[in-house]
Amino acid sequence: MRRKTGAVLLALALTGVSTGCARTAPDSTAAASARGPITVWLSNNAQEVAWGEKMVAEWNAKHPRQRITAQQIPAGKTSEEALSASIVAGNSACLVFNTSPASVPQFQKQAGLVPLDDFPGGEKYVDGRTGERAAQYRSEDGKFYQLPWKSNPVMILYNKKIFEKAGLDPEKPKLSTHEEFLDSSRKIVRSGAAKSAIWPAPSSEFFQSWFDFYPSFIAESGGKQLVKDGKPQFDTPAGRRVVNFWRTVYREKLAQQELFPGDSMAAGKAAMTIAGPWAVAAYKDTIDWGVVPVPTSKGLPASETHTFSDEKSVSMFSACRNRATAWDVLKFATSKKQDRAFLDATGQMPMRPDLLGTYEQWFEKNPAYREFGDQADRIVEVPSVAGSVDVWQALRDRWTASVVFGRERPEPALRDASREISELLDEY
Amino acid sequence: MSVPLMSRAGGRDPQRHGPYGPRGRPGDGPRGRGPRGNRQPLGALFVTPYALFLVVVFAVPLGYTVWMSFHRFYFTAPGTDVDAPWVGLSNYRDVFTDPVVLRSFFNIAVFLVINIPLTVVLSLVLASALNSRLPLRSFFRAAYYLPYITASVALVAVWGYLFGTDGLLNHTLGGLAPDPSWLVNSALAMPVVAVFVTWTNLGFFVMLYLAALQGVPRELYEAAGVDGAGRVRTFLTVTVPGVRHATTLVTVLAVIKGSNLFTEPYLLTGGGGPDHASASPVLILYQKGIEQAHPDFAAALGVVLVLVVVSLSLIARRFTERKEV
Repeated sequence: MRRKTGAVLLALALTGVSTGCARTAPDSTAAASARGPITVWLSNNAQEVAWGEKMVAEWNAKHPRQRITAQQIPAGKTSEEALSASIVAGNSACLVFNTSPASVPQFQKQAGLVPLDDFPGGEKYVDGRTGERAAQYRSEDGKFYQLPWKSNPVMILYNKKIFEKAGLDPEKPKLSTHEEFLDSSRKIVRSGAAKSAIWPAPSSEFFQSWFDFYPSFIAESGGKQLVKDGKPQFDTPAGRRVVNFWRTVYREKLAQQELFPGDSMAAGKAAMTIAGPWAVAAYKDTIDWGVVPVPTSKGLPASETHTFSDEKSVSMFSACRNRATAWDVLKFATSKKQDRAFLDATGQMPMRPDLLGTYEQWFEKNPAYREFGDQADRIVEVPSVAGSVDVWQALRDRWTASVVFGRERPEPALRDASREISELLDEY
Repeated sequence: MSVPLMSRAGGRDPQRHGPYGPRGRPGDGPRGRGPRGNRQPLGALFVTPYALFLVVVFAVPLGYTVWMSFHRFYFTAPGTDVDAPWVGLSNYRDVFTDPVVLRSFFNIAVFLVINIPLTVVLSLVLASALNSRLPLRSFFRAAYYLPYITASVALVAVWGYLFGTDGLLNHTLGGLAPDPSWLVNSALAMPVVAVFVTWTNLGFFVMLYLAALQGVPRELYEAAGVDGAGRVRTFLTVTVPGVRHATTLVTVLAVIKGSNLFTEPYLLTGGGGPDHASASPVLILYQKGIEQAHPDFAAALGVVLVLVVVSLSLIARRFTERKEV
């Protein structure tokens, strides 16, 4: 009798737990045409949040029955981790205005995303707003699971005062070629003007290569992606020049092997940083800054230099029950008018062709951003391939071992990374 | 002729048998009821919530983890119908051939070799000191316990400043400072983590030893004094054997805590750096399972880690506990 009672108690408890944890999914056919309140998630960037709140207020004023609730992406080490967890839990927002293209293949595999092509005029809208660059954002099945929203073309920002202190021309710094960059860096460090010439994160997270190797490789190779047609493209003379350049930077202690706890340029510890226009908000009141393109071995002019986009997209998540409303909100939030408001609030570049021409007046008022606006026409994205995170991790592990810590020679390490990535791509 | 102990002592020997008799169990009363006779419905009711908690929070996830480790598995959105094919030992093969995983186990071995002796020796010596009549004894007890209850993030920040390239330690050492500095030096990063963890947990282990020291009879110290034993001799022959059970507990807990190392390499050495020299298996488990979306690999690594921790704990117990004669 007691044994039976115990078994019944256990069964009831487990039933309660499993019911409490049960995850439900919306019916996709019904959800596609359903309208009603939705939730959107924004990044935790203060300027983006300010823009998002205004955009939501405008929408809500006109659509009382389809109200938007906006909030920041739940806390996590990265937005991608929080988004992945929310997909599994079935409680993602309808729209997320901070989806990394590198994570889209993974979210897609988790059945967490809604293809935008499914909406009437969806493909046309993405193509029309983004222009030729839209092709880089198509998934391997040919569909768009993201709307390319805004880019942060990665360039070299520098502190003019530190350059002046090091005896360098702050208005026309010699940073165009690898050699010039190294010479200027040596002067900065040896003069004591700053502890470090530049201080990229030396850690092993898969995404850190987007701010050292990848922009340099894109610039050096004239705009190549890491992977094309299922084959790595970086074990080439251009790739080798890049790893040797960065190895010199680390070997001569022009960059540090230690992770800086914060923003090294804002703290005055580094003379330069590799970042997009999002960083300007952090420097504009405290640092007299300038910007130049990423250096190449031969020193390409700015108008011919390509760089990494550091783009973020808007994606619709499969937990969304009112997808018709979500699609309308997506178009509203990425309209020409809202893009102008976004540019105004954040200084980040909407993913529109001919940005300088489209928002000519804004760039006249904000000339400091003109370089970024010009660079936005020559950006390269991460490859949209299955196993994207694994691919970047394989590259990063070799990079830290060879370039940052000098435990391996950079060129063989590059070759090994290329071979590993080929195997990974074949596996997927 | 041998004489039975009971007869010789004139009754039960409480020191030898404890309060419940030779096979002492709380339920064994004078009527000698069998195991089934010991059942207490009220007691079972009181135990049920925790038993259920254990089942739901530990047993079910552990079983699920083992299941995942034998399948090709990834997390999906609700309502998604995906195959999770049986892959046998494939995930385990991936774990044992991954150089980063192997490196992480080596790192933990380095960690344990430094951390366990340091923890046992320091906590026992400090507990003995704090057990004697010291001025400001309460203050010292609280001071040693403070790091244990302070947020790891705050402690890591302080140690970051101490051991950083421009940190206090390197300034003090001057030309003798290691290059590369402590936390980015492949040979020194893990020892620094081990010392850091020893320091943060010391207060807790000192408390365990302090409690154990209260159980060492004063008569033994007096007898040692009468026999002319000095402080060191008394410590080695009375204190150390007297707290042997606590040493087992401290060692096993140190093994478990050390094997589950995560926060320190995650924060102090920037994610197990330099170049995985301070990566721990749990950190790799997190990176593979959460960051890189390979929960099946992470599950296999988790199962391996459980087996390693259980084995190490058993070995530690065997070394520190001897059968009483």
